[in-house]
Amino acid sequence: MPNLGPPLPSSPRGEATNQLAALEPDTVRLATYFALKPETIMDEVLSVFSIEAREQLEAMESGLMQLEQGDRDPETINAVFRAAHTIKGGAGVVEIHSVEQFTHILENVLDRLRNGQIEVGGEMISALLRGCDHIGALLTLVLSGEHEPSEQLKQAGAAIAEELRPFLGGPAPAGSGSGGNKLAEAEEGGGDIERGDRERATYDCWHISIRFGRDVLKMGMEPLSYLRYLLNLGEIAHLTTLTDALPEAEQMDPECCYLGFEISFRSHATKAEIEKVFAFCRDDCELRILPPNSKLADFLQLMDALPEETMRLGEILVRSGALTPEELDAGLKIQSREPDAGQLGDILVQQDALQPELVEAAVAKQKSVSEKKAAESNLIRVHADKLDQLIDLVGELVIAGASANLLAKKSGEGTLVEATSVLSRLVESIRDSALQLRMVQIGETFNRFHRVARDVSKELGKEIELVITGAETELDKSVVERIGDPLLHLVRNAMDHGIESAAARAAAGKPVKGRVELNAYHDSGSIVIEVGDDGGGLNVERIQAKALEKGIIQPGQILSEEEIVNLIFAAGFSTVDKVTNLSGRGVGMDVVRKNIAALRGSVEVTTAAGEGSRFTIRLPLTLAIIDGFLTGVGKSSYVIPLDMVVECIELSNTSVDRDYLNLRGEVLPFVRLRELFEVPGSRPPRENAVVVQYAGKKAGIVVDQLMGEFQTVIKPLGALFRNMRGIGGSTILGSGEVALILDIQALVSRCARAEELLSHGNTGSRRLEMH
Amino acid sequence: MEFSTQTTIDGATRLTVDGDLTIYHAAEIKERLIDGVRASPVLELDLSHVGQIDSAGVQLLALAKRESRTQGHAFAIVGHSLAVREVIEFFNMVAYFGDPLVIPANERR
Repeated sequence: MPNLGPPLPSSPRGEATNQLAALEPDTVRLATYFALKPETIMDEVLSVFSIEAREQLEAMESGLMQLEQGDRDPETINAVFRAAHTIKGGAGVVEIHSVEQFTHILENVLDRLRNGQIEVGGEMISALLRGCDHIGALLTLVLSGEHEPSEQLKQAGAAIAEELRPFLGGPAPAGSGSGGNKLAEAEEGGGDIERGDRERATYDCWHISIRFGRDVLKMGMEPLSYLRYLLNLGEIAHLTTLTDALPEAEQMDPECCYLGFEISFRSHATKAEIEKVFAFCRDDCELRILPPNSKLADFLQLMDALPEETMRLGEILVRSGALTPEELDAGLKIQSREPDAGQLGDILVQQDALQPELVEAAVAKQKSVSEKKAAESNLIRVHADKLDQLIDLVGELVIAGASANLLAKKSGEGTLVEATSVLSRLVESIRDSALQLRMVQIGETFNRFHRVARDVSKELGKEIELVITGAETELDKSVVERIGDPLLHLVRNAMDHGIESAAARAAAGKPVKGRVELNAYHDSGSIVIEVGDDGGGLNVERIQAKALEKGIIQPGQILSEEEIVNLIFAAGFSTVDKVTNLSGRGVGMDVVRKNIAALRGSVEVTTAAGEGSRFTIRLPLTLAIIDGFLTGVGKSSYVIPLDMVVECIELSNTSVDRDYLNLRGEVLPFVRLRELFEVPGSRPPRENAVVVQYAGKKAGIVVDQLMGEFQTVIKPLGALFRNMRGIGGSTILGSGEVALILDIQALVSRCARAEELLSHGNTGSRRLEMH
Repeated sequence: MEFSTQTTIDGATRLTVDGDLTIYHAAEIKERLIDGVRASPVLELDLSHVGQIDSAGVQLLALAKRESRTQGHAFAIVGHSLAVREVIEFFNMVAYFGDPLVIPANERR
């Protein structure tokens, strides 16, 4: 144990030394721990800090954007301020001073904003948003292990700090001191309200006294609605309903209004704005509004002017936090209306004594609040790797379960079959809930685009509104992570190329404000994400010309309009000369398509000249496990994703000459797997067709046998088979054999294309394959 | 608008209101409430079937509460519908009425 130095003479300090000595073993242990693994601990702390800081940054960003869109709710400003404050505090704890110092500047600006010392402005929000970006950049740096920002980053930070300087004002006026002049300022009408010293800071509320006139109800006005409307301007910190004006029961007219209200109202609205709320009943009611931090004398005057007893009002003001008991006593003493200043306290006690039920009610209320809080904190943070591991294990469990099932069936033992079927049902539930764990709402991804929309519209000088629907649609976390970039590209593209300039829009008779829509919904086992715009639409002729020029299509090739517009996804279509700063960040539409295809999804575009275009992305809900439908051709097995199966029918022999079948009067193209995959052997006497549906198109898949539902763990195909069309992956059957999972999307579009080519009478021409 | 009266096991009178406590029925409500409060030493008002309530309704409840105090009678609201609870909470009159607000389990988040 290290030497603690000579014993200290005086007793209190001696005690302190003893406490230190008692703490020593722990401290030593901690120190050893740190000495052993300082990096590991620090890394973990840093990554936790960085995750939390990023969440706070997101909150800040969305708050700032709300402010920019005209939201003046003080709670929004507060939330932004709190986020900045949390980041600063956290950075201080983990000793990342670059973040701490920079966030401090932002916090100062936000603090002034919060106190109403400065107004929200476009430039300020832009600078603050850039500040958020800068913090993000600093965080990335910290995670990569660098603690000192590069010279370039430092300069960027300094530049943003410089931009924010005008909003910081001079050195903040000395806080405390004589409250007189500040109150006088406040009296001016509340435009510029200085924040007082600590004791008065909490009373930053307007005080509204209103006594509704007798006839308001008869005139069809509802006091409740007016008060609720106040909530649009700010927050009601405290409200007291006065029923003192109620006459004796006999004289009381049930259709008259006897209500009065004393309201503490937290808002950055002006007096005129608050008065406007009551504009319609202004003539029929007594309305008095005191600005925040009003002089004591004003409150006393108010109490005098109102019909209720002075002491009763005083008590209400104290309870609503507008005055402290001392202030009220002092004020009353000065006016010497009530010589006995202690009376107020007595009244309060009496009140309490009169209403013992009050306590009971308060307790009940408190209980419900605390229960609510407990429900909110019912979340735990789990590392994504652990979830992935769980899914992997569940995948193995599914395969093992299938094998056990098979063996049980072969054995023919009833009890064993029963036991395994119970087991497989449980495995199925486990699989579903394990997958559910990975499901996240797409809203978070969507909301990031608000910022994009804002920045892009600034940069391009276009007015663009981003409309988000279906944000609560859930999909697998790994899909969400990988869909961000392609989506970003599509959204930028829609804003850059889709939406026309304001002048062009006005000329075309459209609203000047462009509209970009993001929508998501579930559709037969896939999630559909749509990016739409109300711009000029794609220019079909130009696309065709360009495709010809690039040799993607041949002269004389007849294509439908739908096919032509979808050529923009073809490799080599995107050209350098039309790349702008915005959408051309090295990603062409072909890359978008490739990224989406890598997720086993598809993308297509529809367009209408002058009305806009719509990109539709279809993605599977999950990448790991699906419900499959097992079929057999010869000795091979094929799995069709069950979500896409519509029905199964027996293929009748009458329609064998052409690859079409008659489904209750509907002409349905089909594909024979035996022919497609060149399976050896001859057709059995009876064939079956599985009717599948993808993106609204139906097709038949002809197989020999139907073997029923099968839980399928998707195993990716090796690199060798990557370019194979029609196969999406493989899986292992319970018997240990391998089955191929069909890529229904490719098969359906193959059928559809064959059908179109036929209908054009152009079967001889080269088939259009887009990779 | 329906009122029904029954006597509970412990001797209290329970007045159940089915309908809206609004200005449109204010006169009838007033009469029922005041009569009820005056007639029964212990009146329990069941408002769990009240669909809407407005300022006129609240002020009548307040009147009934005050009348019960003058008479030395007990007056309690025993069932709060969602609307009633919201309005009473908004008006900050929970303490005035002094009745525990019971939040049903299925409304909890």
